[in-house]
Amino acid sequence: MKRLMLAALAALALSTVSAQAVTLRYANQGDLKSLDPYTLNETTTNAHLGQVYEGLTAREKDLKIVPALAESWEVLDGAKRWRFHLRKNVKFHDGSPFTADDVLFSAERVRASGSNFTTRIPKDAKFVKVDDFTVDVQLPEPNPILIAQWDTWYIMSKKWAEANNAVAPTPASATTPSYASLHENGTGPFKIESHEPGVKTVFKVNPDWWHKREHNIDEVIFTPIPNAATRVAALLSGEVDVIEPVPVQDIPRVNSSSNAHVLAGPELRTIFLGFDQSRDELLESNVKGKNPFKDVRVRHAFNIAIDKEAIKRSVMRGLSTPSALMIAPSLFTYSKDFKNPKFDPTAAKKLLADAGYPNGFEVGMDCPNDRYVNDGQICQAVVGMLARIGVKVNLNAQPKAKYFAKVLKPGGYQTSFYLLGWTPGTFDSHNVLFDLHGCRAPDSPRGETNLGGYCNKKVDELTDKILVESDAKKRDLLIKQAFEITTSEYAYVPLHQQALSWGVAKNVELSQRADNSVMLYWAHKK
Amino acid sequence: MLAFIIRRILQSAGVLLAVTLIAFLMFRFVGDPINQMVGIDTPQAEIAQIRESLGLNDPVIVQFGRFVWNAMHFQFGISYQFRQPVTQLLAQRMPATLELAFTAAGFALVVGVLMGVYSALRRDSILARVFEAVSLVGVSLPTFLIGILLIYLFAVILGWLPSNGRGEVVRIGSWWTTGFLTSSGLRSLVLPAITLGLFQMTLIMRLVRSEMLEVLRTDYIKFARARGLTARAINFGHALKNTLIPVITIAGLQLGSIIAFAIITETVFNWPGMGILFLKAVQNVDIPIMAAYLVMIGLIFVVINLVVDLLYGLVDPRLRLTMRR
Repeated sequence: MKRLMLAALAALALSTVSAQAVTLRYANQGDLKSLDPYTLNETTTNAHLGQVYEGLTAREKDLKIVPALAESWEVLDGAKRWRFHLRKNVKFHDGSPFTADDVLFSAERVRASGSNFTTRIPKDAKFVKVDDFTVDVQLPEPNPILIAQWDTWYIMSKKWAEANNAVAPTPASATTPSYASLHENGTGPFKIESHEPGVKTVFKVNPDWWHKREHNIDEVIFTPIPNAATRVAALLSGEVDVIEPVPVQDIPRVNSSSNAHVLAGPELRTIFLGFDQSRDELLESNVKGKNPFKDVRVRHAFNIAIDKEAIKRSVMRGLSTPSALMIAPSLFTYSKDFKNPKFDPTAAKKLLADAGYPNGFEVGMDCPNDRYVNDGQICQAVVGMLARIGVKVNLNAQPKAKYFAKVLKPGGYQTSFYLLGWTPGTFDSHNVLFDLHGCRAPDSPRGETNLGGYCNKKVDELTDKILVESDAKKRDLLIKQAFEITTSEYAYVPLHQQALSWGVAKNVELSQRADNSVMLYWAHKK
Repeated sequence: MLAFIIRRILQSAGVLLAVTLIAFLMFRFVGDPINQMVGIDTPQAEIAQIRESLGLNDPVIVQFGRFVWNAMHFQFGISYQFRQPVTQLLAQRMPATLELAFTAAGFALVVGVLMGVYSALRRDSILARVFEAVSLVGVSLPTFLIGILLIYLFAVILGWLPSNGRGEVVRIGSWWTTGFLTSSGLRSLVLPAITLGLFQMTLIMRLVRSEMLEVLRTDYIKFARARGLTARAINFGHALKNTLIPVITIAGLQLGSIIAFAIITETVFNWPGMGILFLKAVQNVDIPIMAAYLVMIGLIFVVINLVVDLLYGLVDPRLRLTMRR
């Protein structure tokens, strides 16, 4: 009898637990394609995997770097040696303990061939195990931003990888399926219970997480819903609790519904226009024998002929932050010192005339139409605005798969005038200066995404200094100096930072991080 | 008969080879797969290495030959996006698509025949006119619009039915999953099946109606009436039976297109089938999935046509004679 009562009590206890279990249903336009954390370096994938994996560092709600698997660290020898003190009593999801060996293993794996995250750690950085919970990183030259991207360098278990034949990262060109792309073994707040790629992924809370639990979620059901109308309908009908993104045109409808609202905020990605300033003759233009974009007056004219406020108002429905810089204001201390040039089509026309184009000219423009928020419409607006100063733009709006194949380096930078978006992976200006403003050279990664080939040796010199300067104040002033040069030369036309827009059910509270990472360990569902 | 079958199978192989070739030529124009596989700040050296290891630098004819050779061994490679074998991905998604397609086809057949018979027998009733109007809507409105309208009415406003997904599924055997055995699975099936089947339903309804009207005018129906048979025996035992042959032909042939055109319905309802997998593959230039899917759809059409041809032979002895030749 007693046993029966106990069994009944246990059953009751179990049933109340399951009745209280909180399930959060989350839909994103993007898939969680591979669970291997070194396969695809892309924000959405990194955020998904950030629910199960952790780095030595983490980023707070305001993107501040905070300790995670490393409890603390010291910067020694003028930023040439970093010492990391690892957190003790951390367990991987399979129950094995986390130690320095796992850090050393992950440092090798993330730099191995096939990893898409090789740039997370400099090639020549040496990882030295001091003891089980202390790791030294030796660098040949100082690197003050070594850990800037370590929040998404996820630490994997050495033992688990070796046991499952997953020591090598799953490369993009894999020809055999890998264990690590279908299974996980992280240290993070959630474990993956089941994963059907492209269909559904179920996360269960990790009760042994070392961190204090801020969320009250026991289970997350993630579904990729690529179709925007379906995603919004699922939120409005209450079938999912969180969606990302909400298309800008649907925001009023979501906000006026009774069970959901939109969390909006400025994103870190800067949308900008770029010019081909390297060829002697543009590929797509009626100007022959010379390249109008080599003339700073033409680039200046384009900068003041485009009405960023109008784009914000009519194309972005108010949801953008017009930008004067190629980096989001929150990522650079002195961004307030840079002002948008005044919109002035008359002055622009005069500049064009001075440059020798009183009647304007004709130029082709490349634009993706499925990559950024309303990218195709932004380009159409730009075409209209430039028509007012006599420049006839032949717009080629195309799907991203075709667009990137044409304009990026493997395609031979086949563009004269283009729209692109950029978030510095390090959240730091050095990345913007190096990748978008660096002089291109055949065998160097410098300027690889500088599609127009802007080049100023002085900017390159400053960029190199910025990389190794460990004094934050001095560093910021160097960055400011570099941006002063690039903006005075009108290297690009920065347009705006687009807005984040997450759809969230009214009974869910969620913190929004400006890099568009939906971190569900900050979610609270009533 | 055997010679006929062998000839048809050889022809089918030719058709499949042509489909593959056309598909391969199209892949040249969908864009570059590598940029969809790695982050945008990936070093170019790494990108070049991936391109080389995927064999994308080889001439098209070499890539095509390699694909055909592998396809003959039932190897379709590894999906660029998911890093999983394509055959496995398609097999996982196939039950969802087939269940949806057969439900839609069943719905189209049953409802279409009933509506067709009714509107032929009671040509002037109000309901028959309503059916006519519905059939016009079904023929003229595009699938995605019907799907979105149904979602907004039944999922968002009324909240009766789910707007997306398959609901709970039950695993049967080693790889088949079914939504037929759970209530959420069945509820999830309603809207997408109606959306997908609506066009076929209106087609069948109009076909049945016109065939019925014709048959009802024939002499043997008049004779049956003269014999004093009940209206039910005449309408269903004689008239309907004779209208069904073209209906079954159409329905059979349309099954292939229901499976193939499930792409749009699956996308609107986020139905985890092969169609949405294909659409995502197109967006991400996932060539192995696109190639395997197109070949598979080609195969389905070829098989259905073959079966229909053989069935004709069974039904119509005159055709059997030509087959022998």
